[in-house]
Amino acid sequence: MRLVPALAGPFGVPEAEPSRAGAGRITVQIDGVTKVFPAGSGSVTALDDISLTVRQGEFVSILGASGCGKSTLLNLVAGLEAPTRGSVHRAGEPSFMFQDAALFPWLSVEQNVELPLKLRKVPRGARRDRVAQLLDMVQLGAFAKRQPHELSGGMRQRAALARALARDAEVLLMDEPFGALDAMTRDVLHDELERIWQSTGQTILFVTHNVREAARLGDRIVLLTSRPGRVAEAFPVDIPRPRRIEDPDVAALAGLVTNRLRQEVARHGR
Amino acid sequence: MAGDVTPFSPRSAEVAGLDALEARAANRESVVRRGWAATWPKLLAILIVLAVWQLVVWTRWRPEFVLPSPVDVLARLWSDLQTAALWNAIAITIRRGIVGFALAIVIGVVVGALVARFAILRAAIGSLITGLQTMPSIAWFPLAILLFKLSEQAITFVVILGAAPSIANGLIHGVDHIPPVLRRAGRVLGARGLDEYRYVVLPAAMPSFVAGLKNGWAFAWRSLMAGEIIVVIAFQASLGQLLQVNRELSDAKGLLAVMITILAIGILIDSLVFGTIERRLREKRGLVAA
Repeated sequence: MRLVPALAGPFGVPEAEPSRAGAGRITVQIDGVTKVFPAGSGSVTALDDISLTVRQGEFVSILGASGCGKSTLLNLVAGLEAPTRGSVHRAGEPSFMFQDAALFPWLSVEQNVELPLKLRKVPRGARRDRVAQLLDMVQLGAFAKRQPHELSGGMRQRAALARALARDAEVLLMDEPFGALDAMTRDVLHDELERIWQSTGQTILFVTHNVREAARLGDRIVLLTSRPGRVAEAFPVDIPRPRRIEDPDVAALAGLVTNRLRQEVARHGR
Repeated sequence: MAGDVTPFSPRSAEVAGLDALEARAANRESVVRRGWAATWPKLLAILIVLAVWQLVVWTRWRPEFVLPSPVDVLARLWSDLQTAALWNAIAITIRRGIVGFALAIVIGVVVGALVARFAILRAAIGSLITGLQTMPSIAWFPLAILLFKLSEQAITFVVILGAAPSIANGLIHGVDHIPPVLRRAGRVLGARGLDEYRYVVLPAAMPSFVAGLKNGWAFAWRSLMAGEIIVVIAFQASLGQLLQVNRELSDAKGLLAVMITILAIGILIDSLVFGTIERRLREKRGLVAA
């Protein structure tokens, strides 16, 4: 097992065969992480003693109400921020997808997807092939030459997903990537993401505040408390794939998790 | 890793359906149509100005040899355009404009990039740059003449001082207003250090930078005219100098013909060069109101 600290340089080629969730090697290891932000004269503890182990090919939904430090957690794993205490290790530099597609408006769709390859100095011919393949994967082949502003919100997120996949990272971090989309588009994108994830064998950390979405997608739901963020409970999701958002099992689990989340939120009202 | 994924998915049809419903239709108007739409209001404005001018002439507010009619002036401009003298003057003035503006770009970009990058420089000279922008360029000429005598350098010096602050400010403003999410996206995609500047910061700042260039050109052209009237250099009959000569000869028609030439060059460069670049940038990024 090779793991590197979150703030260290890139990591070698990922090992080939994707393994069953829970059985593979560890790709993200968070140990007793606390993150404190200075606020005015005092300070705010965003995350308090969080530990989490994620294995290769696992899809982990991270769920919590406002102020649970979900985004901070992803930033720590991405190496965009350093923990106050504790340690974060991950396999290679992760890729990241935001709620905002954050496509570069001066580049066409294909140029956006090409940029991470260019930054890794992939030769031109190989770049072209890879971009075409990624765009086909997210079904945007016909829109390769369009500018981002000519796309719908759902198409932009698919382009952003293709761009994130172009990093060929072992770990993909997703910060409420479908939060701003309508229900129909989101539903289709859940299927697309599941399909792509199953074929790439990547590890995904997926932050959301939508309980149904967390249950629909994850192998595991990690529920965080708010202010400070702690791991309240972890729910394994033993529902066969491919799933649908309307599956009764998904709904039942979402109900269970929602109840737990309600208790957590009510605690702050007292 | 992701090499063997097939594009087919059970929901391909739904994806295609949503795309077709939601994607904006590409809107491409013909060049001729757009060109005409942009041109006719300008032509109309020119006609109105000429009509008002003609009306003032008809009121006999000033004698014709002081304020000639537009028809006479345009006729004079037409005949001047057949002479080498006017074209030489245009060439001299435009050459000065281009040299001064090019140097202003170099200086403006270097200063702007440094101020945008280093907080201490911003604190030190950020407001000074804006201050320089408000300084009338003509106020620099006494100093410029002391420093460089009545020479081309004196003119170039003032042109640079006129244009560089706008160019620097355009770049600084552009860098300051990059949406943070784009810089974050660049960083997580692996754009660090110089790559971040090349692939994220500079392209993101481009619209504001071009606005700064456009502004800078207007300042440069104004400073240049002031310079050519004040700093008279022998055997260099520039446009500004032609203005002076015509005034001394009380040649009102010639004077107005040169003024129209100066105005036309300024407008042409502004709209053909900077206007075109600006429009392309905005269209590409979807910044044009539909």
